[in-house]
Amino acid sequence: MHRFLVGLGGLLNRKSMRKIVFSAFITALTIIGLSPVVVAQDEAVQHEEIAHSEAENHEEHGHESKFNPGEMIMHHVADAHFIHFIGNISVPLPVILYTEQGFEVFSSSNLYKDHQESFYTSASTGNSYRIENEKIYFADLDGNALHEVAPPMDLSITKSVFGMLFIMFIMVFFFIGIARKYKGASAAPKGAQNVIESLILFIKNEVAVPSLGAKKADKFMPFLLTVFFFIWMCNMLGLIPFLGGFNITGTLAITIVLAAFVFIITTINGNGHYWGHIFWPPGVPLLIKFILVPIEIAGVFIKPLVLMVRLTANITAGHIIILAFVSLVLLFGQQSAVAGYGVGVGAVIFMILMFFIELLVAFLQAYVFVLLAALYFGDATQEAHH
Amino acid sequence: MSVMDVILLAVEQGYAGIGAGLAAIGAGIGIGRIGGSALEAMARQPEATGDLRANMIVAAALVEGVALFAVIICLLVALG
Repeated sequence: MHRFLVGLGGLLNRKSMRKIVFSAFITALTIIGLSPVVVAQDEAVQHEEIAHSEAENHEEHGHESKFNPGEMIMHHVADAHFIHFIGNISVPLPVILYTEQGFEVFSSSNLYKDHQESFYTSASTGNSYRIENEKIYFADLDGNALHEVAPPMDLSITKSVFGMLFIMFIMVFFFIGIARKYKGASAAPKGAQNVIESLILFIKNEVAVPSLGAKKADKFMPFLLTVFFFIWMCNMLGLIPFLGGFNITGTLAITIVLAAFVFIITTINGNGHYWGHIFWPPGVPLLIKFILVPIEIAGVFIKPLVLMVRLTANITAGHIIILAFVSLVLLFGQQSAVAGYGVGVGAVIFMILMFFIELLVAFLQAYVFVLLAALYFGDATQEAHH
Repeated sequence: MSVMDVILLAVEQGYAGIGAGLAAIGAGIGIGRIGGSALEAMARQPEATGDLRANMIVAAALVEGVALFAVIICLLVALG
């Protein structure tokens, strides 16, 4: 514990920490905001405001299209190339494509015209791109997507990527700031240092040490702490209303990476006892061994997979429930405004309750992920105890 | 879409709904049992309430993970 805490620094006083976090945020926003300007050198683009194509479905402005709850929910849970705040306020994110002609970078505002998914012809390479259901395809000059052609490699800064970078910035600045407090004279901890210290000690004493033992816990603590705070903060980011509806940990693509890290670390650190127990479980009759060994081998892969699905499913399910309450209001509102308001009162109350539950789930899922990761690491580095 | 396609889609989504309902039953039974045993244990030994509560929450999260696994599959079926 001392080694780890000495490794952390001290706690910045709150004013300068606020300044650093604020400046990082402004920098990130500036980069995002300037990217359309930078790539507008290609051609004159009309920077129209972006609203997702379901905007017409959301607001009852006498539109013909019926409100489709399934579509709305799926749209809000999926990733996007822009961050949509309220109404028509959206922030377009840079689209980065890798084609045979090299990298193409432009603002995603080019891909949406009049709040509809549209196409964009890049002046530098002459390729046209069309966005359909948030997937970018090559398009011909009329703007029809060419589905037969393999789509360009999409390396854009999407909403989830931006969210993750944002969380990364916040975490790095915050924790380096706190680490600095530990350097030099040891004053009594105050403020954020108390919270972070108790969380770190909680993970260390309740999660890492029981599974790994006091000696080996320090080796895995950096990973466990990083993953814990990352998952927790990503979950919380997705819960902030009106902030673009991030769903970072609710996407399989991101949780599979986290689970892959756990798998890789377990495999690398697996000692003889670990593999021995998998391929030749001790204390089991021979006939049952034949059944058990394939199950154990499958378990090596299934355990990280289940980690991935558990996290994704819990977070996505929470978002879907909250969105379902929203769509309940909108569905009833389609019938009549009075019905909409009436249902709205109850739905908002339930929504607030669900938000509280989701706050608990955000922390709990991070804790469960880290707990199971520590258990798997402990399994992998187990000593002979028979 | 032909009639057959429409019927298949309806059946598909109907089964997905049934699957989600079964997942909810599973989660309810599982977490109910966990909560029941935890409350019983707390009644027998009130000073262990803190430990029991923490472990109950963890076990509930794990069981819920399994149920939500089924929900994800049903969602994938229902939405294509």
